[in-house]
Amino acid sequence: MSDLNRRSFIKTTGIAGGGVLIASFASVPPGVLAQTDDADLVSNYDLNAFIKVDSSGKITIYSANPEMGQGIKTALPMIIAEEMGAAWEDVTVLDAPIDETSFGRQSAGGSTTIPRTWEQMRKMGASAREMFLSAGALVMEVSKDELEASRSRVAHTSGRSMTFGQLASLASRQAPPPEDELMFKSRESYTIIGTSVSGVDNLSITTGLALYGIDTNRRDMLYAAYQKCPTIGGKVVRANLEEVKKMPGMIDAFLLSGNDNPRELMDGVALVGENTWAVFQAKQALDVEWDTSRASKDSWTAMVNRAQSLHGSRGDTETIDKGDVEDVFEDADNTTLEALYEFPFVSHFCLEPMNCTADYRKGSDGEKDSLEMWVPTQRASRQLEMCQRLYGLGEDEVTIHVTRLGGSFGRRTSNEYVCEAIEISKRMNAPVKLTWSREDSVRHDFFRSGGFQSIKGAVDNEGKLVAFENHFMGMETDGRPVSGARFRDTEFPVQNISDAYLSQTMFDIDTPCGPWRAPGSNTNAFVVQSFLNELAHAGGRDYVEFLLEILGEPRWFEPGNIRSLNTGRAADVISLAAEKSGWGRSLPAGTGLGMAFYFCHAAHIAEVAEVTVDADRNLHIDNVTVAVDVGPIINMSGATSQVEGSVIDGISTMMTQKITMEEGQIQQSNFHDYEVMRIGQTPSVDIHFIQSENHPTGLGEPALPPVAPAVANAIFSATGHRIRKMPFAEEGYTLV
Amino acid sequence: MVDLKVNGKTHAVDVPSDMPLLWVLRDVLGLIGTKYGCGIAQCGACTVHVNGASVRSCSTPLAAVGDGEVTTIEGLADGTNLHPLQQAWIEHDVAQCGYCQAGQIMSAAALLAENPSPTDAEIDLALQGNYCRCGTYNRIRKAVRSASEAGVAIFDPATEVTA
Repeated sequence: MSDLNRRSFIKTTGIAGGGVLIASFASVPPGVLAQTDDADLVSNYDLNAFIKVDSSGKITIYSANPEMGQGIKTALPMIIAEEMGAAWEDVTVLDAPIDETSFGRQSAGGSTTIPRTWEQMRKMGASAREMFLSAGALVMEVSKDELEASRSRVAHTSGRSMTFGQLASLASRQAPPPEDELMFKSRESYTIIGTSVSGVDNLSITTGLALYGIDTNRRDMLYAAYQKCPTIGGKVVRANLEEVKKMPGMIDAFLLSGNDNPRELMDGVALVGENTWAVFQAKQALDVEWDTSRASKDSWTAMVNRAQSLHGSRGDTETIDKGDVEDVFEDADNTTLEALYEFPFVSHFCLEPMNCTADYRKGSDGEKDSLEMWVPTQRASRQLEMCQRLYGLGEDEVTIHVTRLGGSFGRRTSNEYVCEAIEISKRMNAPVKLTWSREDSVRHDFFRSGGFQSIKGAVDNEGKLVAFENHFMGMETDGRPVSGARFRDTEFPVQNISDAYLSQTMFDIDTPCGPWRAPGSNTNAFVVQSFLNELAHAGGRDYVEFLLEILGEPRWFEPGNIRSLNTGRAADVISLAAEKSGWGRSLPAGTGLGMAFYFCHAAHIAEVAEVTVDADRNLHIDNVTVAVDVGPIINMSGATSQVEGSVIDGISTMMTQKITMEEGQIQQSNFHDYEVMRIGQTPSVDIHFIQSENHPTGLGEPALPPVAPAVANAIFSATGHRIRKMPFAEEGYTLV
Repeated sequence: MVDLKVNGKTHAVDVPSDMPLLWVLRDVLGLIGTKYGCGIAQCGACTVHVNGASVRSCSTPLAAVGDGEVTTIEGLADGTNLHPLQQAWIEHDVAQCGYCQAGQIMSAAALLAENPSPTDAEIDLALQGNYCRCGTYNRIRKAVRSASEAGVAIFDPATEVTA
């Protein structure tokens, strides 16, 4: 157990107010607790950092990780409530403050929250349950072994029982049992885990009361906008500040000089006013002279040209060479195919634009400055680190409130919108809400990088895959690959065959890139699963049989590592998706089924798309069947939502989305030139879970990668046309 | 200074007449349930009702509202009784990030007020201007259908007066 986890067992003060201070269960004078048992007073008792129970039986569970739509604010408390023996209707979920000493790592990303916190949440719940049982044993004067906790009650085998509310005070004074003695419930006895639970914030969301970062409102708060150079890295020379300051509702306008780090502070013009509209209007009226002499010159056209000239060659860096692919390719009995695949840069397009509210207060009389912030962020510790490094403010001086996130998909992991808000607040010595316009949010995104793969493979005269080669062309900045710009030797099917060769050529760019839902996987899956489908077709093979043959005997590639491929789990999801989709049935002309399998984020997922395509390439996705193995499901409703959302996001991106840049400037800016799927285009999604005995893992990302190749393979099956480039709209397809 | 009627209350507001209704609601009146998404009437996150009809508040200047009755997501429930759509949204666990859902519900409420039993095609048509970046569309359609099939009378301020 880590130090953080151990510390999280230490009883804390009432962290969100209303709690009874119990520094240590042994040191509280009895009289103090007696007072709080006053019948007129509903008192709260801390069982541990995550759980508080009041004398009326109301259970408060703290949610310590950011909620951005992935559902952990509901799922993690479900795990605690299950082990604790709570009735779900007694549970209220509140946001925990940022305090990693008490709560452990408070972040979300990489579909890691469920696998990382599963043990911790179970321990919190089980520890509280044991404390209730100890309290029950004392009061009922029976052996603890004869007691059971369920439905927020401690019940004796005789039928006598007491509520958690009645026992809360005493339970909070019991010693938490040693961790190695904690017993967890068996899956068969679950009453909460695995059921469908509606999100804990649904009432506030549907009534307009849920607070996102952009909804922050403070007394005397000013509103701000920030204009950066449209060409990445441009320096500000001058702007018509006096003119825009005179506009209605404007308070101030000034230049900020940055540190040339796009993740922190870039040069720009700060606009401060009485409301968002005033500063947006001033932004429109800005006339800025930029020095772009050292700014980005990136050009998508040049990248495409370079990739085409490199197609068919090997990369300048070899990453794996096993067996002898040349020998296999030269064998006249084998069929060898070669193709160039392309995928574009894409934007996150979170519906809530980037924003941050900062209240920077200068310390008086030699006291240190202080900073309070409201940030929609996936990782508050990054802001804390940045505040220390750039502003010399430590954790005692900085308070961060992590708000609900209006979508993120990997976007809200950088600090620049935070730095901009801090700088403006510091200058104004007042609370400031910075809101990026939609156009800012697109042009200054950290994009999913585009790239190319010159791919080659061979099947023998029985249609079996015998060689695989890939020249990966991805993006790097300052000598480091950007997020997702990699093709690892663990990519399927490299580990599964004896002859494989991987190489890469990296293109140096200045356009900022960052994690975008299933980084790397969301493009590698399209390339590899489409190309393997080409090979299966060339070998006259059924694609399901072809995949199962490559997988071979059920085995882990790294036994004990949940993040390694398990060929048995893979085969099971492929077979289930085939069965549920009616794989192999005869279909009318223009209709086709396409399968894709992908393994990432510890998830084994297979998807089958059924499509109908007409002569004008109008594409109707009739259905997508998904088979998933991520171990046991915590919240069935949330899990289904994540899979369905991932499939729709994947189709939306695959069909139309593309960011291009020329002379360093991003050429798209809003929904009119960057389409997101609309309701009428949505396919039905048929989802099946294999709830294997493996450790539960996350679902925010892994259902996205397989959908594009599944649809591309279905289009090939329906029409004979092979798509090797995203977005499909560039091949003439329209989603109907 | 003009009078603006929102959720049954009249507010005296002192802002330029070209300020979009969205920013009057959010920054002047503090009604933050109506969301900013694009500013160009493309995404639907800012949908509210003016005299019962759904409009994109980000592109509706205050002057265009006049003495119209504005209803926002905060005013959709009848006191503590949720609108059938709000109830259905919770039952179907529609929201993921939730940011678009106020706009989705307002568009759907305007549809049901006019057409209490819409077909799926009619639902798709009424909601085609509302993006959901998380992809909750299938649940949105189910929730609208269940709210309509429930046969619950839809509160409609425009007909309420004459009834």
